[in-house]
Amino acid sequence: MVCDLCKQKQATVHLTEIVNDQMTELHLCEECANQKGAQVESQFGLSDLLAGLADFGKTSEVEEEVSSKSCANCGMSYNDFRKVGRLGCEECYTTFKRSLATLLKRIHGSPHHLGKSPMRQASSKLSQTKHELAELKRRLERAIEMEEFEDAVHLRDQIRIMEQQELRNKGKKPS
Amino acid sequence: MAKILDELLTKTSEWLRGVGPVSDIVMSSRIRLARNLQKLPFATRASEASQTEVLRVVKEGLAKVPSFRSPMVFEMGQLDEVDRQFLVERHLISREHASQPDHRAVAIGQGEVISVMINEEDHLRIQVMQSGLNLRDGWTLVDALDDELSAAIPYAYSTEWGYLTCCLTNAGTGMRASVMVHLPALVLSKQINKVLHAITKLGLTARGLYGEGTEAQGNFFQISNQVSLGRTEEELVENLERILKQIIDQEQSARESLVSNNRLPLEDRVWRAYGILRHAQTITSNETLDLLSAVRLGVDLTLMKGLDRTTVNELLIYSQPAHLQKLQGGRLSAQERDAKRASLIRRRLGAKE
Repeated sequence: MVCDLCKQKQATVHLTEIVNDQMTELHLCEECANQKGAQVESQFGLSDLLAGLADFGKTSEVEEEVSSKSCANCGMSYNDFRKVGRLGCEECYTTFKRSLATLLKRIHGSPHHLGKSPMRQASSKLSQTKHELAELKRRLERAIEMEEFEDAVHLRDQIRIMEQQELRNKGKKPS
Repeated sequence: MAKILDELLTKTSEWLRGVGPVSDIVMSSRIRLARNLQKLPFATRASEASQTEVLRVVKEGLAKVPSFRSPMVFEMGQLDEVDRQFLVERHLISREHASQPDHRAVAIGQGEVISVMINEEDHLRIQVMQSGLNLRDGWTLVDALDDELSAAIPYAYSTEWGYLTCCLTNAGTGMRASVMVHLPALVLSKQINKVLHAITKLGLTARGLYGEGTEAQGNFFQISNQVSLGRTEEELVENLERILKQIIDQEQSARESLVSNNRLPLEDRVWRAYGILRHAQTITSNETLDLLSAVRLGVDLTLMKGLDRTTVNELLIYSQPAHLQKLQGGRLSAQERDAKRASLIRRRLGAKE
């Protein structure tokens, strides 16, 4: 595709603008795009759209998290996160727990991890696993009570996997 | 350091060999895991000191991993721009890793199957890349490597949300499985948009040859999982594989229909492409990709004899700007590159006649 402006170079920047339901497309080479003042984001991906997704407005229960809290570990505020679409450290996941749970559900369809776990954690946290299993079972009961069946199915699967993992770990390490 | 890198130039990456299951359509399979260290801030909030610390801990950890013996380790800041671009073209590092080289590094294993980026968006990006449709194999490999590493390095992890990543789109498994497919018949028969549209509804995404934000050139597409949380790694791999098999079937039947209904125009297209590549005196990388795509289709459908898939695959990579400049041993302007590219292609194709 040739650039719409200089009609010479290969168009590598594709702009789509929607005004009053009218869509216009512009195909530009990088040089013309720069001259036009279009911000050429070389790596615009899904994560950049998060900024918009992370906008909850002021009404929801996460208001406190959103407006006042900053991560004690890295200093990132929810506003910072909203701007860059990326978190500052592992503690941010605890600081903004509620908002992130909603976001993770929007992005992935489910907020519960079912995949593998690190070796170190798996071997040294056997007692903690029991504790977590109990917590999961409590959450499962609550989900069923609230008739949140989608969540319930995920929790059930998670419990099943954890129980299997525990059995396997016990089999491997009788100590 | 650049000397060790030059060694790569003389070797064919494992994933370029053009072998493995359905390698006529699937060029390569790749699985990457995003991991972060406990306590240290992610890239967005990292100080120089903490990045240096990540580098140190990861390098020490890698040295303890039995299945990743004596990798080549490159500090990005010590490589020049062409060398970094060279690693991007070989799919060993991301474009982002190359564009901001400070405090970043990459460790590359034998045959370029395993590579580990350090201090990319996440502290660790562990990748396994192989030829053909090889996702399960790749998962077994990267899973084992990750287990060994996690015994040496404390990962940021929560039982509820899995591996904690800088961007929420990677949280959970931290896994992106992707497959590079060549779909010229679906493009020619104008079915490609339907296919690409459908896969986005199934938790997958399609990108161009060099990943996020790149155009699909030469009819090459990277198809990968979009969702990383709420399913096991095996489920994610199976889901991708299942949908991919359907795409492969569609491409195959589109190819068959081209051969039985439009053989002459198809042969004409393939041979014209070959003719230009065999004789051009100057050629851009975009034109090269398009023509190589046509020639590859000709090889896959055995419309042409003598030429093999590995040669076409290699030309796809060696005709790119940084590879040409590495072969030349110095900087080349865009015009000089186009001439150098044409002569490289003429020579390699000529050798097969």
